[in-house]
Amino acid sequence: MLSTALTKRLFGKTLLASALLFTSAVASAKPFNVCWSIYVGWMPWGYAAEQKIVDKWAKKYGIEIKVTQINDYVESINQYTAGQFDACAMTNMDALTIPAAGGVDSTALIVGDFSNGNDAVILKGDNKTLKDIKGQNVNLVELSVSHYLLARALESVKLKEADVKVVNTSDADMVAVYGTKSVTAVTTWNPLVGEILSQPHSSKVFDSSQIPGEIMDLFVVNTATLKKNPALGKALVGAWYEIMSTMSAQDAKGIAARTAMAKASSTDLAGFDSQLKTTKMFYTPASAVEFTKSDALLSTMKKVAEFSFSHGLLGEKAKDAATIGVEGPKGIYGDSKNVKLRFDTTYMQLAADNKL
Amino acid sequence: MKRLINLTPSKSTRWLLGILPFALIILIYIVASDARLAENATDKLLPSFGQMGETLNSYVLEPSKRTGEYLFWTDTYSSLKRLLLGIVIAAVFGFTFGLLTGAIPTFHAPVSPLLTVISLVPPMALLPILFIVFGLDELSKVALIVIGVAPCIARDIQRSTLEIPQEQIIKAQTLGASSLQVLLRVYIPQLMPRLISSIRLTLGSGWLFLIAAEAIASTDGLGYRIFLVRRYLSMDVILPYVAWITLLAFIIDWLLLKTSQKCFRWHHQGAH
Repeated sequence: MLSTALTKRLFGKTLLASALLFTSAVASAKPFNVCWSIYVGWMPWGYAAEQKIVDKWAKKYGIEIKVTQINDYVESINQYTAGQFDACAMTNMDALTIPAAGGVDSTALIVGDFSNGNDAVILKGDNKTLKDIKGQNVNLVELSVSHYLLARALESVKLKEADVKVVNTSDADMVAVYGTKSVTAVTTWNPLVGEILSQPHSSKVFDSSQIPGEIMDLFVVNTATLKKNPALGKALVGAWYEIMSTMSAQDAKGIAARTAMAKASSTDLAGFDSQLKTTKMFYTPASAVEFTKSDALLSTMKKVAEFSFSHGLLGEKAKDAATIGVEGPKGIYGDSKNVKLRFDTTYMQLAADNKL
Repeated sequence: MKRLINLTPSKSTRWLLGILPFALIILIYIVASDARLAENATDKLLPSFGQMGETLNSYVLEPSKRTGEYLFWTDTYSSLKRLLLGIVIAAVFGFTFGLLTGAIPTFHAPVSPLLTVISLVPPMALLPILFIVFGLDELSKVALIVIGVAPCIARDIQRSTLEIPQEQIIKAQTLGASSLQVLLRVYIPQLMPRLISSIRLTLGSGWLFLIAAEAIASTDGLGYRIFLVRRYLSMDVILPYVAWITLLAFIIDWLLLKTSQKCFRWHHQGAH
């Protein structure tokens, strides 16, 4: 017994370092690493990094922040969960099912927007309605927010998931797949939705504007890191709302910012603006705080947790949907002894009060 | 003379040395996993063997809550069906084209350059076209394996065909053999063991194409499951699945070797 304990101690640290299995403790050394991936609600991060706005705010609080763009969205969350990044952009559902379910205590530092039509269920054929989906194969990225949207859509017309057959399809291939004969129904997100709807004989039968506020885009920070380094939270929130006020303006600077973001997501200004139209952006910190403080937040998280549990996303050991505690300004949903996802309005409130 | 090149370990030492790296890898894993789990008991990146066993147990022995299927076995069945179908079709195609281009010059002239070019096209790049031609169902998955593997087998068989000494062909002809008889009695028997070793070598890429195809659009299969649970970092499913795929690959490879040794003993004389 003694020898195993000794080996563990001897090997533990060197092996960890050499095998590149960094723990979060190692990664929290300065500078701070944050990551994001291509999505309309997260494009501001790229622009903020490029325009040195993040640097400016980091300097103000005496820290260094490195912003990394990751091409594969799920990979970015996995990297964050593994401890390679201190913060990462992700949806509320992924924040619950990947880092929180993996025991990484995370804080939603910024509630950036919610999908207000960006995610949609599309059927092939003219003038279809959602009820026509019964019995069809539905191509979507399984266990993603698309899957959640489909479940909510089916609920709205008293159908069950068993009434359709879900086919896991990679988002990268969604548009190509839609062109094939065997595909009759898809659920996906923008810009793919726009691309697919531009093909003739396609009907959008349900979208996220029918479940407003349920698919949120967050900027999530490791709770322990944030607690130790409030400066990180202040700098990130400060930079974010500076961009928000720039890009929401209709002046030349705003147009320049949106054009740059459009280009970075390989579309043009018109395309980007149309994506923004189906995204409820919280341009002001006050609106984000108000949304986060609403009663709806925890009931949304309850729905998301129940969906996640019934699909096995909370882990094999989860006994029920309430295994993981979600803390919001209005209280806690789930196990209060196991809070792993926190919606914290402190920093957004500081921005709203102009105290950053 | 004690030179390193003359030192041969005894049979038991060889076994021990063979097992050693595996033991070392497992040990490194256990230590690293323990260290991560000590810090965060619900860490998903490096689950303990106990966690993996538990998860695997529910996949192997318990019907799924959602579909009522035994996920592990349905995944294995679907994947093996696709793989074996793809490999068999590829072997038949590859063998036929390799043999004919190698043995019949009038066939060689028009087909061989095409074969060379086709074998150089990366099949993964053709995936979107494959969807449109073959749809998204089983056919496209099998087709990807065939397209990926068949040209390699064909080129290998072609080369082996050309290596068969011309003297044998001439001798057969002086004994009065027709073209068909030369093919059936001289070429094919000698090429069969080559085909088996060619299949063994291409099996790795066969698995690769299978998993890639399942990752794109699927409802079951080993590759499908790995890509699905990757969405929430369930390494307790991924690692046992990877181990299982490796074991399956090993068993198939071993079966092919044994078949070859049993059916074509003359081919294995002298060689291992």
